Amino acid sequence: MVARAAREIAPGMVVNLGIGLPTRVVGCLSSDFPVCLHTENGLTGIGPPLAPELADRNLIDAGGAYVSLVPGSAVFDSAVSFAIVRSGRLDLTMLGAFEVSASGDLANWKIPGKFSPGVGGGIELAQKARRVVVLTTHTDRSGAPKLKQACSLPLTARGCVSRIFTDMAVIDVTPGGFALVETAEGISAAEVAAATDAPLAIPDAALPTF
Amino acid sequence: MKLPDKTCRIEEAIARIGDGATVMVGGFGVPGTPMTLIHALVEHGARGLTLIKNDANEPGMGIDHLLQAGQVSRLITTHLGLNGTAIALMNSGALEVEFNAQGILAERIRAGGAGLGAILSDIGIGTELALGKQVVEMEGKPYLVEPALRADVALIHADRADTFGNLAYVATAQNFNPLMAMAATCVIAEAERLVPLGALDANDVHTPGVFVDHVAELSTISGEYGVVQR
Repeated sequence: MVARAAREIAPGMVVNLGIGLPTRVVGCLSSDFPVCLHTENGLTGIGPPLAPELADRNLIDAGGAYVSLVPGSAVFDSAVSFAIVRSGRLDLTMLGAFEVSASGDLANWKIPGKFSPGVGGGIELAQKARRVVVLTTHTDRSGAPKLKQACSLPLTARGCVSRIFTDMAVIDVTPGGFALVETAEGISAAEVAAATDAPLAIPDAALPTF
Repeated sequence: MKLPDKTCRIEEAIARIGDGATVMVGGFGVPGTPMTLIHALVEHGARGLTLIKNDANEPGMGIDHLLQAGQVSRLITTHLGLNGTAIALMNSGALEVEFNAQGILAERIRAGGAGLGAILSDIGIGTELALGKQVVEMEGKPYLVEPALRADVALIHADRADTFGNLAYVATAQNFNPLMAMAATCVIAEAERLVPLGALDANDVHTPGVFVDHVAELSTISGEYGVVQR
């Protein structure tokens, strides 16, 4: 699914990869692929991650991982970094999720009573990137669907998600709700629908697999 | 003419921080966190502090020392995800926490440093971060009023400084430092290298020295500034 999500990045884009699964997309991009990766703590032009013995103590991404520069990288303060986000310079952001609703609402920052570390830059990414896609497991650890008719958790942003990449499928958020686009190898459309807690439009034609 | 000398001893500068002060602390994770100034504040012992900082560092690092020492009553921040101690203090009620969207915290601080009263932003409308905030309409669209933030003291980490307090940062150690360095009544900067006037090129200055009150060179770069082994 990470490799499939990486194909969502078109040449020339400015992209922010959220903490967690989305960060692993970097490993699927070839060194000559033309893209500008942004991180909230003040860097455009993120290079590959570095092992601790090679790391620069002053060069991290927003998840705290040690990263490198590429020719053409720029560093800047947090206000400039979020000016990039809020002014629409991000073509794409890939975020993790606790829940996504059939209308594209995203909940990914708080589980009341259990998990409340704060929102960080998540709201601005979700609300202001030109395209927001989600990378997540299709169900949570207890097997409960993360794709739901409506989110039950506090929202990060409303109606922001365009597409969802899971271990089972690629699903678009359309004006009519969730629509199945692709399935993972060996997964049937019926299995995806059964693991989704909202109506799922399934096209008549054979679906591509990834 | 000669620009004034603002070099100081860290302990003397930190001794000006009183109980109940509001203190901005630069840094995002380890990079840019003024570890030595924080240790001096722990030694000094001022209590009932309100801290404004992007994150709570990690256990045993940075402002975690102030939290562990019980010196902080309120924290204005964006994310505590890497510090379970901070989350536990918040959940027990011992620490009052105000969460901000990260770029909004940055802009509130920038506004405070720029002599503005507030900013207008549509970030968080429709979420619980908008609860209790004043809404104004501008050209037909709703915006939240986000008040500017200022502090009594800002603690800043720079890579290089000159004796007038001109500061330069490196890599992702910049983050909130240049914003906070403009937004406090008393700005104290630690620098990895303190150079004579003229040795920091005017074109390389990120924070003009007019914003800085006290500057000190770090005699050692402790392990706390190093690469975190997780």
